[in-house]
Amino acid sequence: MRRYFLNIWEAISTIAKGMGVTLVHFTPARKSITIQYPDRTPVPVVETLPERSRGMLTFDPDVCDACSMCAMTCPIDCISIDRERVEGAKGFVLKRFDIDMAKCMYCGLCTEACPVKPKGLEHTREFEGATDRMEDLILEFIDEKKHRELVEKALKKAEKLKAAQNEE
Amino acid sequence: MRYFADWIIENLEFTRAIPSEYVYLIIMVVGGLLLLLFVVPMAGALTFVERRVAGKMQSRIGPNRVGPQGIFQFVADGVKLILKEDIIPTAADRRLFKLAPYIVFVGSFLTFAALPFSQKLIAADLNIGILYIFAVSSMVVVGIIMSGWASNNNLSLLGGMRSAAQIISYEVPQILSVLAVILLTGTLGMQGTIKAQGWAPQHWFLFHNPFAFIAFFVFFISAVAECNRIPFDIPEAESELVSGYNTEYSGFRFGLFFLAEFANVYVISAVAVTLFLGGWNTPFYLPTGIWGLLPSAVNLAGLITFLIKTFVLVFVCMWLRWTLPRLRVDQLMTVGWKYMVPIAFFNLVGTAVWMLVWGDKSIAALLGG
Ligand code: SF4
Ligand code: SF4
Repeated sequence: MRRYFLNIWEAISTIAKGMGVTLVHFTPARKSITIQYPDRTPVPVVETLPERSRGMLTFDPDVCDACSMCAMTCPIDCISIDRERVEGAKGFVLKRFDIDMAKCMYCGLCTEACPVKPKGLEHTREFEGATDRMEDLILEFIDEKKHRELVEKALKKAEKLKAAQNEE
Repeated sequence: MRYFADWIIENLEFTRAIPSEYVYLIIMVVGGLLLLLFVVPMAGALTFVERRVAGKMQSRIGPNRVGPQGIFQFVADGVKLILKEDIIPTAADRRLFKLAPYIVFVGSFLTFAALPFSQKLIAADLNIGILYIFAVSSMVVVGIIMSGWASNNNLSLLGGMRSAAQIISYEVPQILSVLAVILLTGTLGMQGTIKAQGWAPQHWFLFHNPFAFIAFFVFFISAVAECNRIPFDIPEAESELVSGYNTEYSGFRFGLFFLAEFANVYVISAVAVTLFLGGWNTPFYLPTGIWGLLPSAVNLAGLITFLIKTFVLVFVCMWLRWTLPRLRVDQLMTVGWKYMVPIAFFNLVGTAVWMLVWGDKSIAALLGG
């Protein structure tokens, strides 16, 4: 009999307690924790990511040595490099530098391998690469125009070097 | 409604030419359509409100994309449901399967005929209003069993059977607690019950005496159980029965089940307001005529009062739903038969004794001298 009334009391008090909790959540005192990605965030989500997060790769043709270390290091061969020798210049000049981000697993080995400073290859924080065409994920960094520019640059560099040697 | 009908017949010349029965008939049909126009958008809007309230209580947002703050979400949902394919399983009993949702909806819609909205605004002020409401709302259970049976699906059938067991068990304490109020008023009419109360809380039946106070909670809990809402939603327990009796339904028929559920929430809240919370009694006295106030203004104030009280109770239903977990079947029966029924009987006897000793004086009247 005692148990019976205790049960009733327990039901009433626990329900009241629970309803108190939900009521507190209902009042404006508790803000919702929903992040309305992608279009209603206070700042773009990319900007909230940590500095060192590994997102899509970026490439700077102007510092690259065309050593192709990155392509060799990559465990799944997502980097394809075509390079050529230019008459009268030292080393190689890049003709093609493609990264297939669809294959990439964001391991970061390529960026570790890059010998030049600052690095030619680096991760950005950008991660929103979703697309309905796989081809869109192949990043092509060198086009015809850039190639010509690189050739000219290599020639100029070689000339300068020659001039310096002559002076000596 | 009768009041408006009489007014029309008295004041509009051309209606005199037609026999008054036809005029009544036309007015009744129009009144029914008006009620439908109230019920359907209201139930739809309640689904939206419920989702927002749920979101708020769970620290999320809820639908907020369709229209400002998502208020057109229910319109989008409704349109989607109507456009969806209406699938009938091959093994189903086609005729019963098709009929069931209508019975469920009609069962809850019929109750609106006797629900008061304000002093004059009531489709039919039956002198057996409360009895009528409980009688037609019992039809819902027939529809639910029908849908469970006709689906020819284990889960649906179990849902239907559970619903039947639940509604029948909880009908008992519900009616018993209503009886306590009927003892106090001596009438079964909805308007009569409201008129017996005052505008101030101490004149409500809720605070009339301790037994009526408990009766309100017994009534409300059993009414929530009758609606098959959480924490009493074992007929459609998602984790066990997929969706219970409406598992096989899709499209418009599924929408009808939903509509009926939310219409029912309004109905139980309105009945609770009528019986226990003073109904449309306006908090201030509006003298007609003296300040040039039309009777319709008094009506409007009554309507607003009634709707505010009702929607507060509807909110409490939602609040309960998002607070409590679902009961197990045996727990449900325990609560119903071992707790609700004895308490309801105790209330009934207690109210009778109260009336024997103090007549229909309330606590406030006794304390006031
Ligand atoms: S991050 Fe890893 S997988 Fe991606 S390109 Fe670099 S080495 Fe290859
Ligand atoms: S490792 Fe660095 S320098 Fe070498 S090819 Fe790759 S990006 Fe260029």
